[in-house]
Amino acid sequence: MYQVEDATQLSENVYQIWVNAPQVARHARAGQFLIIRVDETGERIPLTISATKGDSVRVIYMAVGKTTELLATKKKGDVLADIVGPLGTPSEIKNYGTVVVIGGGVGIASTPIIAREAKEAGNHVIGIIGARNKDLLILEDEMEEVCDELFITTDDGSKGVHGFASTVLEGLLKERTIDCVWIVGPAIMMKVTSRVTIPYKVKTFVSLNPIMVDGTGMCGSCRVTVGGETKFACVDGPEFDAHQVDFDSLMQRQRMYTDEEKEAREHFHHHDHHGGCGCCGGKH
Amino acid sequence: MAKEVKDFTEVNKGLTEENAVLEALRCMSCVRPTCVKGCPVGIDIPAFIQKVAEKDFEGAAAVIKADNMLPAICGRVCPQESQCEGACILAKKEKPVAVGALERYVADWEREHGTKLPAVAEPTGKHVAVVGSGPAGLTAAAELARFGHEVTVFESLHEAGGVLTYGIPEFRLPKAIVKAEIEQVKALGVEIRLNHLVGRSVPVEELLGYDAVFLGTGAGLPYFMGIEGENLNGVYSANEFLTRVNLMHANCFPEFDTPVKRGCKVVVVGGGNVAMDAARVARRLGAAVTLVYRRREEDLPARAVEVKNAHEEGVEFLCCANPVRIVGETAVEGVECVRMEMCEVDASGRPKPTCIEGSEFTLEADVFIEAIGQGPNPLLVSMIPGLERARRGNLVVDEDGRTTVARVYAAGDAATGAATVIWAMGSAKTAAAAIDKALKEE
Ligand SMILES: Cc1cc2nc3c(=O)[nH]c(=O)nc-3n(C[C@H](O)[C@H](O)[C@H](O)COP(=O)(O)OP(=O)(O)OC[C@H]3O[C@@H](n4cnc5c(N)ncnc54)[C@H](O)[C@@H]3O)c2cc1C
Ligand SMILES: Cc1cc2nc3c(=O)[nH]c(=O)nc-3n(C[C@H](O)[C@H](O)[C@H](O)COP(=O)(O)OP(=O)(O)OC[C@H]3O[C@@H](n4cnc5c(N)ncnc54)[C@H](O)[C@@H]3O)c2cc1C
Ligand code: SF4
Ligand code: SF4
Ligand code: FES
Ligand SMILES: [Mg+2]
Repeated sequence: MYQVEDATQLSENVYQIWVNAPQVARHARAGQFLIIRVDETGERIPLTISATKGDSVRVIYMAVGKTTELLATKKKGDVLADIVGPLGTPSEIKNYGTVVVIGGGVGIASTPIIAREAKEAGNHVIGIIGARNKDLLILEDEMEEVCDELFITTDDGSKGVHGFASTVLEGLLKERTIDCVWIVGPAIMMKVTSRVTIPYKVKTFVSLNPIMVDGTGMCGSCRVTVGGETKFACVDGPEFDAHQVDFDSLMQRQRMYTDEEKEAREHFHHHDHHGGCGCCGGKH
Repeated sequence: MAKEVKDFTEVNKGLTEENAVLEALRCMSCVRPTCVKGCPVGIDIPAFIQKVAEKDFEGAAAVIKADNMLPAICGRVCPQESQCEGACILAKKEKPVAVGALERYVADWEREHGTKLPAVAEPTGKHVAVVGSGPAGLTAAAELARFGHEVTVFESLHEAGGVLTYGIPEFRLPKAIVKAEIEQVKALGVEIRLNHLVGRSVPVEELLGYDAVFLGTGAGLPYFMGIEGENLNGVYSANEFLTRVNLMHANCFPEFDTPVKRGCKVVVVGGGNVAMDAARVARRLGAAVTLVYRRREEDLPARAVEVKNAHEEGVEFLCCANPVRIVGETAVEGVECVRMEMCEVDASGRPKPTCIEGSEFTLEADVFIEAIGQGPNPLLVSMIPGLERARRGNLVVDEDGRTTVARVYAAGDAATGAATVIWAMGSAKTAAAAIDKALKEE
């Protein structure tokens, strides 16, 4: 059992939770994630490690379906059944020169930890965080603190640059030398934004988020196509060279369970607690 | 018409007390029992069977547990026909003594009547790390604990048992039984730390700080055929399909949160036990199931009893055929196959299948499951400096399970490639004895 140490709502649908998980917190690096199983009947969902402090780890997530909505009900002092991590290969951090770290929407959760490690490695770090509107912007303070320069974008112009992160990135690439770029956000945002760096031949990493089960390389659910080859995002990634990624196949696979996800959500809203189906030796 | 299969309750019901005693009386208590040579953990088979004949089930359990801490599991899933029973002298005459069924009877009896633990030696002060809680890890842990060493088992999943828990389905191996036998191992003083992926949650340096390390990481890496359409929605590795159902209980969705595509028409490719399990689970989820295998039916590598059960449950067998392409827009709509022809015998002594040109045909399908084999998971082993691997990624070990790194031992599927529960246990037992010897010589 893993104790929730703090839980807060950051914006309309975005939540932050700190959980005690020493084996994860002590060894976590930028770019890695963990897998949570909220309770005994729960599914395993991957979430990016957004920060660590001592034996605690922070994740920031958007409530989009059954499991994340259930997680959003957890308060300080509650427990989560299982947490495993840190999973995945850490970000390839080294001294590149000037790097840009871009977060879109809830993807911003991953950026302070990457920016911090990049800074510690000696890079000049430029941050770009973007959201639909100013209420959905998160972690602005943390990014402000760790980045040498920070740009903010909103789709509706309610704060910072009116437009997308790709607009700002394009401008930066035109006026100076950028040596490496990280982009974390929804698949479509990563696809569109990473296209911008192709003509400039700038090394660009994206953090892929396919559907996972074990997160240890045992099932193949998370397979993605990178450079024409099949990779398991949970162990070979989740970060890959953006210019090699088949985003369309990723997005198609993310939609595999759309019907079931709807059903799970409806079931969740109509039943306050689980009924026993007697399928595991009467355990539940 | 195939009989209806819906539930996941155990198919094989086991012996009654009366039948167990009658069967035990068939054993000749051979002076040089060949059956024991056929058992990789070396259970004193005639001794325990003698006790069954005397209705001393508690005594029988004690004999078995001197060599095997997972008897209810082995009695169910060992391929006895090629192990103990295949080696019984009565095998050639009439039929062998049903050693597996008797072992299962005794283990079930003991579980229902209260278990007794084998003796544990005085603490040695040595601490051994065991990676993986499959049959290899559990066996090594139990043996080492009995020798008096402190044992910590690390398991990456949220439940212990390895393939026993996530792979082999409930209707062949009830999970309550797996849990009960794991509890027995824990009762010996073994600590199992779940949710710990060694190499990530436990850094390699920390692992190598133990007095000895046992790697029982298994062969969990699923192979894919590499054919067109493999990333369509509805394509599964058998590992994923079985894990969703066995470990995550997707058969009880939405009471349990993990979904699985049940499919109307499921095609499974492969011919081993894993393929049979995937096909039989898919039947229970309500689909019409076709199993495609590239050789002839008589060449199926799965146990005969699994093939028979699959037939009885209505799995269609399509032999001498092989998938070449999965068709569909975003999800599986069909599986294009070719017919295969058996040509000259290959190096393994089996006829070599080659495809017949122009014989393509398409099976309608909405779920496609690949059960074509698994290899050792490379994650941890690639992080340990100096750890050598052979062909297909199997760890290089000597006959005592020593790897190429000092104090690091390995057994089970991680060393042999995908094999059997009892071979994993047998090799783990040997490695545990070698670890014990090395630690006591220090
Ligand atoms: C490496 C990785 C890191 C992630 N980090 C974050 C994060 O920091 N914050 C955040 O909000 N989200 C993150 N996600 C996505 C998050 O896992 C999903 O939003 C979550 O699983 C949704 O679960 P649900 O039951 O609430 O919603 P559902 O209604 O079940 O699903 C909503 C959508 O989420 C995706 N999803 C569903 N199940 C899974 C699964 N088992 N694994 C992966 N994706 C799934 C699907 O595309 C689905 O359409 C990450 C995903 C990956 C793979
Ligand atoms: C579907 C299926 C059906 C089968 N049916 C039979 C049968 O009927 N009879 C039979 O004899 N055999 C059967 N087998 C084969 C048998 O299950 C295996 O040979 C046996 O389980 C191997 O045992 P093991 O302990 O070596 O590995 P596994 O059982 O694979 O266990 C390895 C464990 O290590 C864990 N692990 C791996 N890496 C790490 C890490 N870095 N850190 C922490 N934990 C880690 C894994 O999560 C796993 O739990 C079957 C296999 C499958 C897949
Ligand atoms: S453990 Fe397996 S091989 Fe050994 S006696 Fe029992 S059933 Fe036979
Ligand atoms: S070989 Fe057969 S008959 Fe002889 S002791 Fe073993 S089980 Fe009994
Ligand atoms: S999630 Fe199972 S292999 Fe990646
Ligand atoms: Mg969900």
